[in-house]
Amino acid sequence: MTYQMKWDTCDPKTAYVLHLADDALILGQRLAEWCGHGPILEQDIALTNISLDLIGLARQYYQYAAELMGEGCSENDLAYHRDSRAFMNHLICEQPNGHWGDTLARQFYFDTFHFFQLEALAQSSDERLRHIAAKAIKETSYHAQYSAEWIIRLGDGTEESHAKIAQSLRHFAPFAHEFFVAAEVDRAASEAGFGPKVSDLSSSWVEKVDAILQLATLDPVDLGFPKKGGKAGLHSEHHGYLLAEMQSLARAYPDASW
Amino acid sequence: MVDNEALERALESVMDPEVPVLSVMDLGLVRAIYQVKEVIHVDVAPTYTGCPAMDVIHERIKASLEPFGETIIHSVIDPPWTTDWMTEAGKKKLEAYGIAPPVGKASDKRTLWAPSPNVRCPRCKSERTDLVSLFGSTACKSLYQCQDCNEPFDYFKCF
Ligand SMILES: [Zn+2]
Repeated sequence: MTYQMKWDTCDPKTAYVLHLADDALILGQRLAEWCGHGPILEQDIALTNISLDLIGLARQYYQYAAELMGEGCSENDLAYHRDSRAFMNHLICEQPNGHWGDTLARQFYFDTFHFFQLEALAQSSDERLRHIAAKAIKETSYHAQYSAEWIIRLGDGTEESHAKIAQSLRHFAPFAHEFFVAAEVDRAASEAGFGPKVSDLSSSWVEKVDAILQLATLDPVDLGFPKKGGKAGLHSEHHGYLLAEMQSLARAYPDASW
Repeated sequence: MVDNEALERALESVMDPEVPVLSVMDLGLVRAIYQVKEVIHVDVAPTYTGCPAMDVIHERIKASLEPFGETIIHSVIDPPWTTDWMTEAGKKKLEAYGIAPPVGKASDKRTLWAPSPNVRCPRCKSERTDLVSLFGSTACKSLYQCQDCNEPFDYFKCF
């Protein structure tokens, strides 16, 4: 390990790619916690498949970020050797799994956002981001379909499932609001043309989310006051515990390999 | 210089570790084979972003071309691989193996919540089948069940 970390000085494009990577890695790690704990085998497999897709996507972004950083930086340095303050994922990605409905509410909001984000990135001024997005959007449309189907099943299910999913959706709505509030990393990206203006994504998101909620006999989404800070590196206490579990092996044995 | 056809024939025997009846040629993963100064270069497309089989596929391609000389594998993501690249022969082999091949064009999947396709049962060929789970034994497959013969089966997703 000779690479010297200097995240605070990294250029706007590297920072933006790291932000995209961090979302995918942190949510992928959260979903991986379901491995072996899903309510039935098919659902266990589904969530871990989605986790695998997200971690694969994170690798694509980290590899690109590492190339942009240069000086021998590797994808592993970026995933395993940064501290919480250097991560720029949305707060929603690090929130605990809770019960099945909580996980699916979080996933439904994220997948829907992710789809529209990738659609915009497929038009990025950056060629590499365009290519990554064109590939990932197809997988993401399966994730979004899966989580939406669960929202409908739970909302239009029993009285208990309806009440529980409504509560989960309310809980995560202010976190979803962070998607559409531009942080420094978003502003720099949209000004330079490699990322979308995040506020422009909100109308498509609200429209799609509300259409599903209506099918699920649930109330339209109320984003409320945004819970934000993740994109500036200000995380909830859950983030540190997640990193501790994910990074401990790589930090204890920095040269470990498979 | 080695004859490119000989290299292609060698690659016909490199099977996907997760779908062992399909070769990398059937899947359409090999984009280009070319030789520069006695070195063989192969452009390979990853199937999907998180595919854990890609490393194994690269190693197998290298091993199969070893008798012909030094081989370098390039992973290329543009244009992205889609199930449209799978050959017709590949689709037939897949169905005979018991996995329903992808239905329709991959470009359809760019829209959110497209209707599910009619998937044919690979066993009795009935089109009366139900989606059991969008995610199956591997990320590239969904789980279906036939209403006529009751057989559960994998469907290779279109993407
Ligand atoms: Zn059948």
